[in-house]
Amino acid sequence: MLTKEEVVHIANLARIGINEEEAEKYRQEISAVLDYFSKLNEVETEGVEPIGHITGMENVLREDRNEDFGSLGREAILANVPEVKDGYVKVKSVL
Amino acid sequence: MIRELHAKLLSGETTAVELAERYLATIREKDGSIGAYLTLTEKEALAQARAVDAKIAAGEKVGLLAGVPCAIKDNMCMEGVRATAGSKILDNYIAPYDATVVKRLKEEGAVILGKTNMDEFAMGSSTESSAYKLTKNPLDDERVPGGSSGGSAAAVAAGEAVWSLGSDTGGSIRQPASLCGVVGLKPTYGRVSRSGLIAMASSLDQIGPFASSVEDAAIILSAIAGEDKMDATSAQSADKRYEDYLSGDIRDLKIGIPREYLEGLNAEIRAVFDESVRKLTQLGARIEEISLPHSSYALATYYIIMTSEVSSNLARFDGIKYGLRSDDKRDTSKVEDGLPKNLLEVYLDTRRYGLGSEVKRRVMLGTYALSSGYYDAYYLKAQKVRALLRRDFEKAFAQVDMIYSPTCPETAFKFGEKSVDPLTMYLSDIYTVTANLAGIPAISLPIGRVEGLPVGGQLMAKWFDEEGLVNTAYALEKSLAS
Repeated sequence: MLTKEEVVHIANLARIGINEEEAEKYRQEISAVLDYFSKLNEVETEGVEPIGHITGMENVLREDRNEDFGSLGREAILANVPEVKDGYVKVKSVL
Repeated sequence: MIRELHAKLLSGETTAVELAERYLATIREKDGSIGAYLTLTEKEALAQARAVDAKIAAGEKVGLLAGVPCAIKDNMCMEGVRATAGSKILDNYIAPYDATVVKRLKEEGAVILGKTNMDEFAMGSSTESSAYKLTKNPLDDERVPGGSSGGSAAAVAAGEAVWSLGSDTGGSIRQPASLCGVVGLKPTYGRVSRSGLIAMASSLDQIGPFASSVEDAAIILSAIAGEDKMDATSAQSADKRYEDYLSGDIRDLKIGIPREYLEGLNAEIRAVFDESVRKLTQLGARIEEISLPHSSYALATYYIIMTSEVSSNLARFDGIKYGLRSDDKRDTSKVEDGLPKNLLEVYLDTRRYGLGSEVKRRVMLGTYALSSGYYDAYYLKAQKVRALLRRDFEKAFAQVDMIYSPTCPETAFKFGEKSVDPLTMYLSDIYTVTANLAGIPAISLPIGRVEGLPVGGQLMAKWFDEEGLVNTAYALEKSLAS
């Protein structure tokens, strides 16, 4: 069973604000699913290569070249931005 | 149905505009109670229909999908149209580009009527986790349509679209197809480009069609499949016309039935399933019992990998670049609990108010599974068990050509029946998640009814053997209809 502190820590890592009551709710729900996950401990996986790409595809490469799209889509993209300043995406102050 | 409409369009018996208007009228009449659609694209649909009619009038050749009305799940981007993925965090998001599948459909002349309801970010098996509304099963309004592509399945079942697109990460096309009594196809991982699909779990997600017949599903797959430079995981194009492989001949085809899938199966569903197996035998297929020994670990493996990838993919919804922001300067009605001051507070508040509880639960589970000290125990372990699951299928396909099982352990359930306990809901996906984990193609088709509610049968094929898959499904479909 996770502790409430662990749940608050995970929520912070995930950048999801939660209150005390929610922390308790998620503590129970997440712990139940983690218990279910522990079923995999029964499986012997010694020497098994983990899956990288399921159909076995490897290293898809393309030319390392800059494509200039000009102003294509610029307006539509910026229209989705919550705060724009001088044509740039404005980010909140970090400090 | 698509071929018939195509013939009527060419003969002038109907026009694309007439068809679009007829379907839009059905939507206006029915969708208030069914709730399949989130956004209608009436203007775009009619413009496309007029363009198709002009081409036909000018004697130009048009493809099978031209002028045929369809719907797409709201997690696929269509330029200039809202794409919410069923979440409040994307409530005001207007897609600035077309997903590759949408681009291909537009080029084919398909008439897109609108965007369909879904579980938030495709996380759910009943469409109840949509932040917007419930979608009702067109066959029984007290029951769910399944999910997460519940709106796309319901739209086809209710005659509000001829066909639709959904996405399938753990069964999100096949399970609602089964519950709504329509055909749903999940292609091989990589067969269809994911560019412009709002990502849930990138190593599992795949786009595919809902239709009222196997032939229609094959026609749609031909239009959307193929390599795409915008999706590095897309597979090389085979340029196959899957509808050309529908001979209906499955004599001597070896079909395996995994014994693990039938253990503890509901007796009434079992009876419907057994009857369909008899049909396959009558068609000349050879039925063999097979074993997929790691099946009981599939669901736990799926949930670890899926939640891990979810936590990573959904990190992009931060309130900075697009979508909802807790103190959005454009809309003061969205301000909650006082103004956040710094960057961290914007993140915490935006995701707190913008994401629903199932999504938050999965993001947190995945964050935990990937966090320092737990990666080996969860994600790495799950990717190893996934390799064992794939090996199960490789061995099975050395023995048989096709695998057949029920699609779901149940028929459509009632609203609220499973939404209380997340683990109960997860069990709806028990027969479908393995195809996503192994990356193989699978199709669900209606095989009968239990107490008036449809039961789906699921065929699974080898990697990239969609032609064999649709032909087997076609043969079974025809034999069940006769």
